[in-house]
Amino acid sequence: MISDSLGLISPQKMENRMKHLIDVLDLTPNEIEDLINTAKEIMEEPSAYAQVCRNKKLATLFFEPSTRTRLSFEAAMYELGGHVLGFSEAASSSAAKGESVADTVRVVSAYADIIAMRHPKEGAPLVASMYSEVPLINAGDGGHNHPTQTLTDLLTIHKEFGRLDDLTIGCCGDLKFGRTVHSLLHAMARYQNIKFVLISPEELRVPEYLRKELLIKKGLDFEETTNLESALPSLDVLYMTRVQRERFFNEQDYIRLKDSYVLTKEKMALAGSGLRVLHPLPRVNEISVEVDEDPRAAYFRQAKNGKYIRMALIMKLLGLSLEGRK
Amino acid sequence: MIVGQIKNGIVLDHITAGKCMEIYDALGLADLACTVAVIKNADSQKHGKKDILKVFEVIDLDLDILGYLDPGITVNIIKDGKVSERKHLSLPEKVTGIIRCKNPRCITSVEQALPHVFKLTDREQGLYRCIYCESKAK
Repeated sequence: MISDSLGLISPQKMENRMKHLIDVLDLTPNEIEDLINTAKEIMEEPSAYAQVCRNKKLATLFFEPSTRTRLSFEAAMYELGGHVLGFSEAASSSAAKGESVADTVRVVSAYADIIAMRHPKEGAPLVASMYSEVPLINAGDGGHNHPTQTLTDLLTIHKEFGRLDDLTIGCCGDLKFGRTVHSLLHAMARYQNIKFVLISPEELRVPEYLRKELLIKKGLDFEETTNLESALPSLDVLYMTRVQRERFFNEQDYIRLKDSYVLTKEKMALAGSGLRVLHPLPRVNEISVEVDEDPRAAYFRQAKNGKYIRMALIMKLLGLSLEGRK
Repeated sequence: MIVGQIKNGIVLDHITAGKCMEIYDALGLADLACTVAVIKNADSQKHGKKDILKVFEVIDLDLDILGYLDPGITVNIIKDGKVSERKHLSLPEKVTGIIRCKNPRCITSVEQALPHVFKLTDREQGLYRCIYCESKAK
């Protein structure tokens, strides 16, 4: 599943290497389709999967707090009949004593069958995967990658539309720092007939490198605009994001930009009936609560999907299937 | 003094004019006991001007460092007064310990023992990115 993104491993070693998930692009579109199909099967009959991970342990190594992601991983493992151990912040781990990521992972590998790791520093899960003796999942590394969020987004789009091709996808809000948007652009760029509408204030536009190295280089259909209202009627998906305080060095810039786009009932009236609104959550005020009741608001369904895609992923990385357990 | 013909050694030819001292330092040539000739701004049919380094002893060269610093260099290995091997360099796929990642959010900023590894992601533009955080080399 993971290609040799490091370029450090000999082909012989690669053959023997267990599978990790560090970047969503480590997965081929076929592997993503398999995961989506498994997740859908689990949703249809969750009880059939209740013992698939019996006697297996998931270690959740969260070097920074992320309650939502951690609970989703833990719920996924429990629903597969497995066990969970780990820590939820660096202060309660050996990292507080100065232990390296490599050493932590070497030790934890001896206690668990699979690891989900979140770390504030970019690339930490990749380092960990080089030393782990069990499969390792990147559960978010700073502003860099968060592959299980992207898988959740892809599952949600597939569930809502029945396809990942032929879609107009609007991304709105913080497109500069928003890693979920960057990953989604990379992931969706591999499907046919996708159009991106990038809606943001000037200061939070998609970074230059992404525009040049992905959108332009791959000849993708995209437009950039500052106007949400005019973009709404043409969209199939509206992916809303929060302007995150922690990504700004300057508090004044954050305050000036945080309310740039707020999705309201009035704005939803401009969109078609087929629109689906996604959001990686948590939201602050960029989607009014009155929109929650709209059937086109898919973000809470999306959060629920996160658990199922993680169940499918854990099974895949552990090499388990329903048939294998029966 | 006349810089004579090398019997056994290495000639680094086609160095971009003005770059020879950077390469001299990167290869640690100052530490060698043998003769080393530094030739600056020699006439070049191809490039107008070029630098040349002559090392009067066969030494181990890190071709990745050379290729990264100046991919146009030609390496001539001289044995018994003749060129026994000629290597044309190109940008290496990966460099370790040459470029340092300056991204304060990168894991290398807190874990000092990690090697700084950069991968060539765009050969045309000579673009390298950190394998951990994917930041551009600066």
